[in-house]
Amino acid sequence: MSVNVLPSRQAANAEMLPAQPRRTRRGSSFQARQSIAGALFVLPFLVIVILFLALPLGYALWLSLHSESLAFGSRFTGLDQYVHVFKDPEFRDGLWRVIRFGIVQIPIMLGLALVAALALDAIDSRIARLFRLIAFMPYAVPVVIGALMWGFLYSKTFGPFAGVGHLWGAGSLNFFGGHLLLISLGNVVTWAWTGYNMIVLYSALQGLPREMYEAAVVDGASPIQIAWHVKVPAIRQAISLAAIFTVIGTMQFFNEPAILARFAPDIDAGYTPNLYAYAQAFRFGSFNYSAATSFALGLTVFVLSYAYVFLTRRRAARA
Amino acid sequence: MSVSTTSSVRPRTRLAHVIMGVGMLYFAVPLIWIVIASTKSQPDLLSSPALWFGHGFDLPANLKQLFREDDGVYGRWLINTAVYAGVSALGATALCSLAGYGLARFTFPGKRFLESALLGMIMVPGTALVLPTYLLLSHIHLVNTMWAVILPSLLSPFCTYLARVYVSESVPTELLEAARMDRAGELRIFLQVVVPMIRPVMVTVFLFTLVATWNNYFLPLVMLSESKLYPLTVGLTTWFNTAQQEAGTRLLFNLVTTGSLVAIVPLIIAFLMLQRFWRGGLSSGSLK
Repeated sequence: MSVNVLPSRQAANAEMLPAQPRRTRRGSSFQARQSIAGALFVLPFLVIVILFLALPLGYALWLSLHSESLAFGSRFTGLDQYVHVFKDPEFRDGLWRVIRFGIVQIPIMLGLALVAALALDAIDSRIARLFRLIAFMPYAVPVVIGALMWGFLYSKTFGPFAGVGHLWGAGSLNFFGGHLLLISLGNVVTWAWTGYNMIVLYSALQGLPREMYEAAVVDGASPIQIAWHVKVPAIRQAISLAAIFTVIGTMQFFNEPAILARFAPDIDAGYTPNLYAYAQAFRFGSFNYSAATSFALGLTVFVLSYAYVFLTRRRAARA
Repeated sequence: MSVSTTSSVRPRTRLAHVIMGVGMLYFAVPLIWIVIASTKSQPDLLSSPALWFGHGFDLPANLKQLFREDDGVYGRWLINTAVYAGVSALGATALCSLAGYGLARFTFPGKRFLESALLGMIMVPGTALVLPTYLLLSHIHLVNTMWAVILPSLLSPFCTYLARVYVSESVPTELLEAARMDRAGELRIFLQVVVPMIRPVMVTVFLFTLVATWNNYFLPLVMLSESKLYPLTVGLTTWFNTAQQEAGTRLLFNLVTTGSLVAIVPLIIAFLMLQRFWRGGLSSGSLK
């Protein structure tokens, strides 16, 4: 879709725009110039897309379809690597872990963000404004540093929380092992992203026309009824968009477990699919397998989220 | 909404305020901790209560040590981070505004296709691109240079999407036509008419790419192998590793905590100062 297809399609375009029949030759050359100007505005972005999105994706696909071995060098092996990846117990464990994590963490986080956003939309006080600011602050903290801080706070030597277990005689809590580990990770993610999602949803709420629920106010509906029956349905699009971005982020889970792995020996190389892809490439040097792993993961995420967007858009358009 | 005048709402508002108070505490605890921790020396860090001050006030000493350790490599990391984030954010803002305007206000062949592909591009998981990009860049000997971090960070389909939505809502076509009547060039129209009108979304896009690059860990971790080129995120984690492996004998945990504090202060300040702008820009994108 780059510039070399311009001339032929342009002619078609000029034909499709006969709205002003008295357009002279000058008119159509104006059209052509406009068309070139538009393409030029988009061109720099397009170059970056080709170099750093299309090309890497294509290369990863190529790598994933080939195997590297000492005896044969690089040779085409079709979908073998993918069969291997999806059968690989480590990959499957990681994928399943991330899915389980998302099923619990995403609804909690988005639920909190939605409730907070609705509260901020309904209450405009100094406390509410301060809350909005503080809840959003973790977004400006690098995930790595956020995870480090929580790592310190969880740890027995530095943190105040491990001793909480003494309150009910359980001894000091180990946040880095057993069932608590996923919860500890979930807390880091929730801390970091709730405020961001809250701001996104709050902005959507602020963009709603006030007339939309004035009638409900006159009818004596309570703020909670209005929030639930009028406001939430009105920002459904924003909610589902936030959900999609969260799902994409969760499936790529890397930073938080990579940092907490320094505290938690239970987090091994295959803890999440992305950690696994990284270890394959940089610890074991098998780039082809790594490419297949991250491509398999990326494809899963892409297909799921694209299908979701497509379906919700269609439904929204029909409604 | 001024519904709070009805008497039944008052206690609910108070309850909401109490819940917000608890929430604020939750979001603030790690930040409070890091501020307190960076006033402590290594022994204090281990012996004093986590959320209260230690025996001495060692923040100045920590800062001095922070910028001296390893021949002042921390200052290097700070500058690297600022350069990577600043250049990427400026570049991405320029690319996205241009492309957003081009898509919103022009017709050209392939535009429809590009617009529908944009949504797909947003869905491509970023980390899936990092490894193949690394391999491609290593063919042309660009890995382990600052370009390996900056160039991939210029890719921001979401920001282009945001800019496109904003332009189509806030830049009237009649105005552009009037400027064309005056025989203004397209680039001049963009710079003098469009840019002033879309400033809120440009600030938003700038801040968001700034944060994304400032906070990025995976990309520089993969691309860079030389300590002098590290950004703060990668640098601090290598320090943390050393501190932990050697149980705080050589490299000290107080450097990690103070270094973390210094790393997050600039962005928090930037966000507080530019609050009005980014909130305006965000609302436009989320509506669609």
